[in-house]
Amino acid sequence: MKCWQLIGLGLLLLLLPLSLGAQETPDDEVDLDIQEYLFGHVGDAYEWHITTVNGHPVSIPLPVIVRSRTTGWHCFSSRHLEEGSYEGFFISTSEKYDGKIVERDASGAEVRPLDLSITKNVLGLMVNSLVLVLLILLAARWYRRHDAVEEAPKGFAGLVEMLVTMVEDDIIKECVGKDYKRYSPYLLTAFFFIFINNLMGIVPIFPGGANVTGNIAVTLVLAVCTFLAVNLFGNKHYWKDILWPDVPTWLKVPVPLMPVIEIIGMFTKPFSLMVRLFANILAGHCMILGVIAVIFLTANMSVGLNAGMGVVAILLGVFMDLLELLVAFIQAYVFTMLSAVFIGMSRQEPETE
Amino acid sequence: MSLITPDFGLLVWMTLIFGIVFFVLAKWGFPMITGMVDQRSERINASIAQAREAEKQFAEMADRQTALIEETRREQARILKEAADARDKLVADAKEQAREEASKLIQQARTQIAAEKESALRDVRAEVANLSVEVAEKVLREKLSTEDAQLKLIDKLVGEINVPKPN
Repeated sequence: MKCWQLIGLGLLLLLLPLSLGAQETPDDEVDLDIQEYLFGHVGDAYEWHITTVNGHPVSIPLPVIVRSRTTGWHCFSSRHLEEGSYEGFFISTSEKYDGKIVERDASGAEVRPLDLSITKNVLGLMVNSLVLVLLILLAARWYRRHDAVEEAPKGFAGLVEMLVTMVEDDIIKECVGKDYKRYSPYLLTAFFFIFINNLMGIVPIFPGGANVTGNIAVTLVLAVCTFLAVNLFGNKHYWKDILWPDVPTWLKVPVPLMPVIEIIGMFTKPFSLMVRLFANILAGHCMILGVIAVIFLTANMSVGLNAGMGVVAILLGVFMDLLELLVAFIQAYVFTMLSAVFIGMSRQEPETE
Repeated sequence: MSLITPDFGLLVWMTLIFGIVFFVLAKWGFPMITGMVDQRSERINASIAQAREAEKQFAEMADRQTALIEETRREQARILKEAADARDKLVADAKEQAREEASKLIQQARTQIAAEKESALRDVRAEVANLSVEVAEKVLREKLSTEDAQLKLIDKLVGEINVPKPN
């Protein structure tokens, strides 16, 4: 068992630089464009690039779904975009819409159609969500088939139960307070959603590797959900604290200084959630990519230097990967905990003397 | 920078996907697990309380048992003592009774002996009286065989009758 784990780890280590390396060095003499290399990995794309063999990219084409203002809905494979323009749509190279699908309006200027394409991140989201739902429902099925009052689950269901009870007991019960049961499904979903997406992001090969939780649109939706959970069910005391806080009156009238600050605070809290998750995961991906890039940056130098740097880069890469495993968990934990804390604050009862 | 501008398409998809995931997990996933875990922990708490109760009862029972044994031992000692007392008393009573019986028997025997003796004495006395009467008769017959002796005696007797004895 131990032996197989070691071999697996070794293979993973081998694959990690190889899969990245293959696509960046189609030719010995091509200089590595670090910016494209980085953004190509952490950004979104209309196709899922896996590797490049002999200068030919190997990628999974994904459906492009766009709605033009003039010509209506279009749905086609992203393979057509490789050759350039298709049905009037092409991938922009301009400063403003770099890498996005655009079309030309009557005046010839680039405009964005309504773009609902299944991009790399959307497919990543779908795959990860499917994995998540299957994992949790599989664990839940155990409870349906057993009398959980009489026995405790072992194996996989036990692992899920451990995580669920950890989040429920350590975060939700502690931070939300008495009616935690109402929020626990959302907070648990958020935790496992972020956790699974973070983990899948670390896996370097398809279907992992999409930078889902390092994308601001994804974290924005999560933050909005927390914002709604906090503000839709906030109690009277919470709104009074925002609109008429317990501060000297001159801070409230005639200039409503404190209420304005409090209202800004309503938005900065979820904003910080959004940015924290986004920036942490993005930075993690960039760090790993940067460390691996060292191998290709030194590829044109002497063999000894390249080999030496390669060893260093792999060791550092393993370290960064392990660190990212930790970060994947910590960020899911932090997001859930802060959401729970904000919800708890909106449910706080006034202190009675 | 496309990195920090949220893409509309992704926003829509994310909202949709997260919404579905949330719906599915909130309906069939997490409440199942947390509910069962809660039930189990309730059950465990109840079982612990029960066990504590049982332990208490057991301790009480043990106390009661000890007390019972103690009491039984005392009772046993008491009963043994009573039995010994009763036996002693019985023996004493029996002895007393026997003594009384014996003394009664002795008394009876004594009275009987006395009566026997009396009757024997009476018989002897009667025999002696008869003998003496016979002897006297024989003597008298011998003595009064002559006429003179008879007359002499009659005279003497008559003389005695004439002189009445004072009361």
